[in-house]
Amino acid sequence: MALPETAQAETQPMIELRDVSKWYGDFQVLNQVNLKVGRRERVVICGPSGSGKSTVIRCINRLEEHQKGRIFVDGIELDADFKHIETIRREVGMVFQQFNLFPHLTVLRNLTLAPMRVRKTPRKEAEELAMHYLRRVRIPEQANKYPAQLSGGQQQRVAIARALCMEPQVMLFDEPTSALDPEMIKEVLDVMIELAEEHMTMICVTHEMGFARTVADQMVFMDKGRIVEMAPPQAFFSDPKNERTRLFLGQILSH
Amino acid sequence: MISFTLWDLARNLLLAARWTLLLSAIAFLGGGIGGLLLLVLRYSGRAPVKRAVALYIELLQGTPLLMQLFLVFFGLPLLGIDVSPLLAAAVSLTLYASAYLGEIWRGCVDAVPRGQWDASASLGMRYFTQLRDVILPQAMRIALPPTVGFLVQLVKSTALASIVGFNELTKTGEILTNATFQPFLIYGLVAAIYFAICYPLTFFARALERRLGLAG
Repeated sequence: MALPETAQAETQPMIELRDVSKWYGDFQVLNQVNLKVGRRERVVICGPSGSGKSTVIRCINRLEEHQKGRIFVDGIELDADFKHIETIRREVGMVFQQFNLFPHLTVLRNLTLAPMRVRKTPRKEAEELAMHYLRRVRIPEQANKYPAQLSGGQQQRVAIARALCMEPQVMLFDEPTSALDPEMIKEVLDVMIELAEEHMTMICVTHEMGFARTVADQMVFMDKGRIVEMAPPQAFFSDPKNERTRLFLGQILSH
Repeated sequence: MISFTLWDLARNLLLAARWTLLLSAIAFLGGGIGGLLLLVLRYSGRAPVKRAVALYIELLQGTPLLMQLFLVFFGLPLLGIDVSPLLAAAVSLTLYASAYLGEIWRGCVDAVPRGQWDASASLGMRYFTQLRDVILPQAMRIALPPTVGFLVQLVKSTALASIVGFNELTKTGEILTNATFQPFLIYGLVAAIYFAICYPLTFFARALERRLGLAG
């Protein structure tokens, strides 16, 4: 190894998928997906529903298991070794379409639970951390409420703060605004744009093309379980190479 | 014929009700522990273990409690184990309750949305932590009404223990009836005592449900 360790860590991709395939029974949901995401890179994945885009990111933290190919996160291979899975999950935060906040816990407890249980952070420190991130998503005043008492946009911002409390190196967003009323989408996107501007490594599955244009370093288009096209946003939006990409963009950008 | 005052009858029945309460408590505690064990085995055990648990539940739910009681009471002595009526009743009610509670609680854990497992896993929590801090607290709220419903059922089921000669509330009622020839009065009192045990349970459950409902 010629490179010193730190330099190697810099050049090594944060996330790498090599020929990843996955089946649900006979249906192939991922077909030899190759993807490299560098440190501090922001990638937006789009594509028609059922194209496998959510499955890709759910494989990155092993919420779903890939059956062929290899996945590396920060140089650690995601395999059957449970230690690896645990390490990777600690470093990879995820935000879901349906928020998935813990309804029986207050906002503050939602945020402190994982740091206290997984990172063994003392309660006081965990609470300070939680308040820090609640301020960042601009709802510190909701700390003692229960999720059901918040609006959808507020819940999703709590979910983002909850993931950030683990201080992950990567954030995965699985259609974070798809379940929101239109007037709440912006407040969530604003928080995500701020994160992107701080160069958090991010993979977002989303149909918010305005957001994609603003923050993405790379655009990925998926169809039928394959990555069909990958390009920087400029080229992706102005001059898509693939027919299916063009069709898809035509459909979602036309209105 | 000896004559009994109403108070004599009531006092004897109330004293016997202690045994009904004891038997209910043993069966519920034992069944609760057993049910929890079945739940954990069903969720984390290997495939053959899961099948064994399912079979156990099917068998106990598919046969009359009275037959289970007879099998324990008459069966164990065949194996050279001497069983008192209390022990036989406690064992069979515990087995019975564990099967029902295991099944009720499994339904409740299943009712916790899939996303709760996803979210807690994505935060790096281990299986045990997920269960303890995220899944079970939510499952418990769902489980409260059916669990209390079953507990009420269980209290009433302890009456079957009278058949193997265990001197609880129903058996004492029978004995008093034989002595006084006033079955309507005696069994009326017996029923009233069962009701006095069961009604507060339902009432308490409703209050608890309201309190837990605030955090949901």
